[in-house]
Amino acid sequence: MEIPYTTTVRPDTGVYNAKLGVWLFLASEVMLFGGLFSAYIFLRVGAPEWPGMIAGHMFERSSDILNVPIGTFNTMVLIASSVTMVLSWASLMMKNFSKYKLYMGLTILFGFIFLIVKAFEYSDKFSHHFYPSESAFLAIYFTLTGLHGLHVIGGIIVNLYFWGPGSKMWKTQPKRFTNRIEIAGLYWHFVDIVWIFLFPTIYLL
Amino acid sequence: MSETTDHEHVKKHVRVYIIVFAALAALTIVTVAIAYLELSIVPAIMVALFIAIVKGSLVAGYFMHLISEKKVIISILIVAGVFLIVLFVLTISSYHDQDRSSLVP
Amino acid sequence: MTNSAEGSGDKAEHNEETPVERHAEHQEDLGFWRKYIFSTDHKVIGLQYAFTSMFFLLFGFSLMMLMRWQLAFPGEALPIIGKLFGEANMPDGVMDPQFYNQLGAMHGTIMVFLGIVPLAVGAFGNFVVPLQIGAPDMAFPKLNMASYWALFTGGIIMLVSFILPGGAAKSGWTSYTPLAVIETTGQTFWLLGMIFLITSSLLGAINFITTIIQMRAKGLTFMRLPFFVWVQFITAFLLLLAFPPLEAAGVLQLMDRLAGTSFFLPSGLVVSGEVLNVSGGGSPLLWQHLFWFLAHPEVYVLILPAMGIVAEIISNNTRKPIWGYKSMVYSLIFLGFMSFIVWAHHMFITGMGTMMSAFFQTTTMIISVPSVIILSALFISLWGGSIRFTTPMLFALGFLPMFGIGGLTGLPLGLAPTDIHLHDTYYVIGHFHYIVAPGTILALFAGVYYWFPKITGRKMSDVLGKIHFWGTIVFMNGVFMPMFIQGLAGVSRRLYDGGQLYDIAQPVLEWNVFMSVSAWLLGVAQIPFLINLFGSIKKGKKVSANPWEATTMEWTAAPSPPIPHGNFPVVPTAYRGPYEYSVPGSSSGFIPQDQEN
Repeated sequence: MEIPYTTTVRPDTGVYNAKLGVWLFLASEVMLFGGLFSAYIFLRVGAPEWPGMIAGHMFERSSDILNVPIGTFNTMVLIASSVTMVLSWASLMMKNFSKYKLYMGLTILFGFIFLIVKAFEYSDKFSHHFYPSESAFLAIYFTLTGLHGLHVIGGIIVNLYFWGPGSKMWKTQPKRFTNRIEIAGLYWHFVDIVWIFLFPTIYLL
Repeated sequence: MSETTDHEHVKKHVRVYIIVFAALAALTIVTVAIAYLELSIVPAIMVALFIAIVKGSLVAGYFMHLISEKKVIISILIVAGVFLIVLFVLTISSYHDQDRSSLVP
Repeated sequence: MTNSAEGSGDKAEHNEETPVERHAEHQEDLGFWRKYIFSTDHKVIGLQYAFTSMFFLLFGFSLMMLMRWQLAFPGEALPIIGKLFGEANMPDGVMDPQFYNQLGAMHGTIMVFLGIVPLAVGAFGNFVVPLQIGAPDMAFPKLNMASYWALFTGGIIMLVSFILPGGAAKSGWTSYTPLAVIETTGQTFWLLGMIFLITSSLLGAINFITTIIQMRAKGLTFMRLPFFVWVQFITAFLLLLAFPPLEAAGVLQLMDRLAGTSFFLPSGLVVSGEVLNVSGGGSPLLWQHLFWFLAHPEVYVLILPAMGIVAEIISNNTRKPIWGYKSMVYSLIFLGFMSFIVWAHHMFITGMGTMMSAFFQTTTMIISVPSVIILSALFISLWGGSIRFTTPMLFALGFLPMFGIGGLTGLPLGLAPTDIHLHDTYYVIGHFHYIVAPGTILALFAGVYYWFPKITGRKMSDVLGKIHFWGTIVFMNGVFMPMFIQGLAGVSRRLYDGGQLYDIAQPVLEWNVFMSVSAWLLGVAQIPFLINLFGSIKKGKKVSANPWEATTMEWTAAPSPPIPHGNFPVVPTAYRGPYEYSVPGSSSGFIPQDQEN
């Protein structure tokens, strides 16, 4: 038994199954982060000050607690990883497998850099006794960036697989493999977009 | 579409990707710079959200190819977008319409 | 996978007589695990969903039968089985109030998320949709397997929570905060379980939408889809877009419980006379918004598949096209859209201002229009038909007035002035049970009787089916009709003693015994069904591939039972709409969808 349209596109819809599937998944992810963002807005409009009192100190601006330069650096890292991701797909389209390996490797590397920087940020907060339980602001900060971080980890695992053992498929089914990189890319770009919204709303406002 | 035109096509794309990357980096710096101006909260939110939407659209439009995507996918995303706005707008306006006079201690 | 389905059926029959041999044979059969447990065949997965959800329906129903003892005879020891539940739950056979709360919360959770949704969507959707659209399988067979096992894991977590210290979740199926946050460990398990169930539904929804868009047979345009496929399509969208905000809310509540955050805990919250030591700044209303953003579309997830099943059966048994197919489809789409903007009618008494109340009242009244259109179209479909009163048709006909009662009694709840009186009374319980119990569950029974020959190649007994139908519909009304009386009198829901302590409840208190007896008899009325279901698998009358003389492709293009992988001996092509019954000039009186002319 063959499932139709796993590699080729269905003529009347113009897409293959996995592409539609991953976009549907991303639509649900939009709603997931939408729920989290609406929680953030809901709590924020209800708060007398934001970020407010944390561990006995009054904070007027988020940038007094969070490190904006580091956040900016991480934003750049994630944007760069998005570019290398799309370039890795473009390399496959141009049948250049070694370039694919390079760009995908860079994407994974940037992903790791993002996580390591994030880990330093977290431990810095913990060392100041800034825990999620301390205030609504910190609760939002840790939960939203934490869930985003989990998405980054998920993306890295997928990318690692396609960089390593999964890339064998290039030899047998190049078209299908290119499709797989495309949809892995769609997910990775989505994670990037989430961060593009998280960064200003949490760090800057 | 033949092999060679496909190739050229992608090459043209690569140039676009680099330009988009530059734009994203520039916009990131702009949004951080504006944050240091310490605007009052309403314009600050407006500007930051505007820049974020532009950046998000660039990624979605060019890296995720939404700009030339098929109708079926665009329609699904429009549906999701509408419900996202519904979630935001109705939740927040319910908050503002809430009678909280009895809750003030 | 070489056996044909008929062959394996014969083998099973043979094995029934010699269980020892069966055991030996399964050990030899290396394909067993892949074939029956971790199968990627949509039909096997559909059956896995069916058996799991039917188990949970029965389990959830038993919880309710226990509760009804306490409501009918508050404080009296439950004879014989009362002591089985342990000293903590039922000391000397008398129900502990906390145990009652567990039963209530878990009854709701299990019936909705582990009973009806997996049966209506997981089981029927999985088994029937690919067959009706002429597809060899779902678009993502492995994902399909993953969604079943996510559901299974979620179900196990929910069951395990009963044996935790402090028992299962007890803040209602709605898990309102802050109560839910300060509850015992059972609530954490509830949240974990829900995250699995939500994941299962999301994966399933992605699969259904992709399958319906991508895998339709040649010639099967959207306006030629059987109505059942349409409802599954819209239902999948509701699941896909409404569930994630609840998943977000579940994560936030988990953080509140495990990491000590205060997303849903306001500042200065007092519990048992002491100010709770939390940072505060959260909002209990936030939970309600996120919860009902899911839970209102969820109501339509429960009812839409039922409408789809009923539409198929009514058309088939009146031997007529369903009346107003297009208006039904457009109503369905509109209904799906509107279901996202009515949710706060569950929150009229949270201090909502007049502007938002007016908005949500208006949308709630508007959403009743497409529901009425669909129901009316189904009623009009009966007009002038030569109705065959088969067992599935009886259940489908039972659905129509029951859903009508459920829908009409919802109107006073959708209007703030009346809702303020009726909110959280038994009237609400009566209303939504009429939608999901005599409504959806009757339709699901109809579906079981209707598609049973498809699954097994045998028919269920009509005599037992009719006993089942009359017992079910009579006792269901016996359970739920008095709830309206109690609710209008002002009796609150979730009362451990059924309202004994309240003066307003005294005149209507005697209904409690009536309802409880009806509930237990309703349980008895399910025995013929179980006998029928399991008995007919082996002993039912063998029938042809298309015993109901239906027009849709699951009957006309595939043998009954269908071949294991690939479904169709020849890939079918659709040439016409789904309900071409009583076509003038045709010799058989109906034209299958895949017949060229």
